[in-house]
Amino acid sequence: MNVPKDLKYSKTHEWVRSEKGEGVVGITDFAQHELGDVVFVELPKVGQKLKAEDSCAVVESVKAASDIYAPLSGTVLRVNESLAKDTSVVNKDPYDSGWFFVLQLDPHSLATELLSAQDYQRLIGVEA
Amino acid sequence: MSHVSLRKTPLYDKHVALHARMAEFAGFLMPIYYRGILEEHQAVRRKVGVFDISHMGRLWVRGPQAFEFLQKMITHDLKKLKNGKILYTPLCNEEGKILDDILVYQNKMDEFYLVVNASNVEKDLKWLKTQAKGENVSFLDESQGTAFLAVQGPLADLLMEKLLGASLHDMGYYHFKKMKWKEVELLVSRTGYTGESGFEISIPKEKALDFWDELFRVDIGHEVIPVGLGARDTLRLEMRYLLYGHDMTQENTPLEAGLAWTISFHKGDFIGRQALIGQREEGLKRRLVGFEMIDQAIPRQGHSVLRDGREMGLVTSGSFSPTLSKNIGLAYIDIAYAHVGIPIYISIRGVERLAEIVKTPFYKGGLSSLKSKIQN
Repeated sequence: MNVPKDLKYSKTHEWVRSEKGEGVVGITDFAQHELGDVVFVELPKVGQKLKAEDSCAVVESVKAASDIYAPLSGTVLRVNESLAKDTSVVNKDPYDSGWFFVLQLDPHSLATELLSAQDYQRLIGVEA
Repeated sequence: MSHVSLRKTPLYDKHVALHARMAEFAGFLMPIYYRGILEEHQAVRRKVGVFDISHMGRLWVRGPQAFEFLQKMITHDLKKLKNGKILYTPLCNEEGKILDDILVYQNKMDEFYLVVNASNVEKDLKWLKTQAKGENVSFLDESQGTAFLAVQGPLADLLMEKLLGASLHDMGYYHFKKMKWKEVELLVSRTGYTGESGFEISIPKEKALDFWDELFRVDIGHEVIPVGLGARDTLRLEMRYLLYGHDMTQENTPLEAGLAWTISFHKGDFIGRQALIGQREEGLKRRLVGFEMIDQAIPRQGHSVLRDGREMGLVTSGSFSPTLSKNIGLAYIDIAYAHVGIPIYISIRGVERLAEIVKTPFYKGGLSSLKSKIQN
């Protein structure tokens, strides 16, 4: 199970790559593996304001729909439009081309409340 | 959920060894997928796949009065059968409501084999035994002593013929025969729940693992892969094959479910006949229809169907269709709207999403393209 060291993680299996006040959000390799083939993603709207832990997107496998939660508070800057055409990248490349949306992070939104790669690995029961 | 009380098929250890994603289905711990639902779905549409469907109930009904008894139990006409032939039929109660949908195999006039839904085995058996009181009919539940496999797809014939070393060419759709594999007696039928040609095979449980392994060793020039219940569900939905407990329950009649073709009003009396005649004369209030999403969203069981802001139906099955790359579903809909071409709205997470009622089956290839040739 791939858990990149440079990312932060939520307990609900989202990852965040934050840089210069922006946070790229997607779902983890563990999450995509648990879901199985992803066939539909409903993304938040650009401009939408999200609070940490808000349900803000939906990912659907063949069998079922699952909510995606905002790992941090912020405003949606961009969404991954290419997921409308090809959702398989969520399975194949969850940390890169399978990203969901980018947040303009609220200044008071603290990435320290998220899990480190090591903590996330412990959460999903995989040794580093 | 605890898996302690769940039942396992004779192939359970094999599924675990294959790293299948296992989940509860009808009281059994079953493989949902091995590699992925999409890949398994396409393998069945394009090549061949092997399913463990040992959770399905299988009963022998025997005795001098077996024919008369079953004819009274089912809505379809048993006279359409002859030895070696199979009939699909609902089993209804006095109210004409569906207790189960089953396959009836006629081995002899006094010996029939029923394939019933896993979730209904006990209910069916109790119902049949109650109804058979005083009649010369006996029941034998074979479900636990045998495994039940399905081999489905365009290459299913090739695979099975090579495995059995016998031609299956003359076995028609919805026909069966007893065959031998390494001295083991099999019950092989040309049936399935996928819309592709293929077979379902009953085999004593002690031999099931050997047979399963052998299916993947036969060289047919293409890989043979195991397929889980996930793809079984998407395959059947593309064909509009109904799933008991979802698209029909004890709340629905066969008329509402679009199964009028399985009711023979003129065959004589059968359980539920009066109620069904009454419903036919009165007119249906709702009917099961197939629909395709126009908006981008996946319908799921339990979603409401709306028109003019009013709830007028309920989704009973819904999924992404791997073959069509569309989102499709089945829904019971107010009869006034239950027509092909009618736009409807599905309420998905609080948003009304546009869909359109379409002709079914959704999938036009496979058996659908041969329909005129295989109508029983």
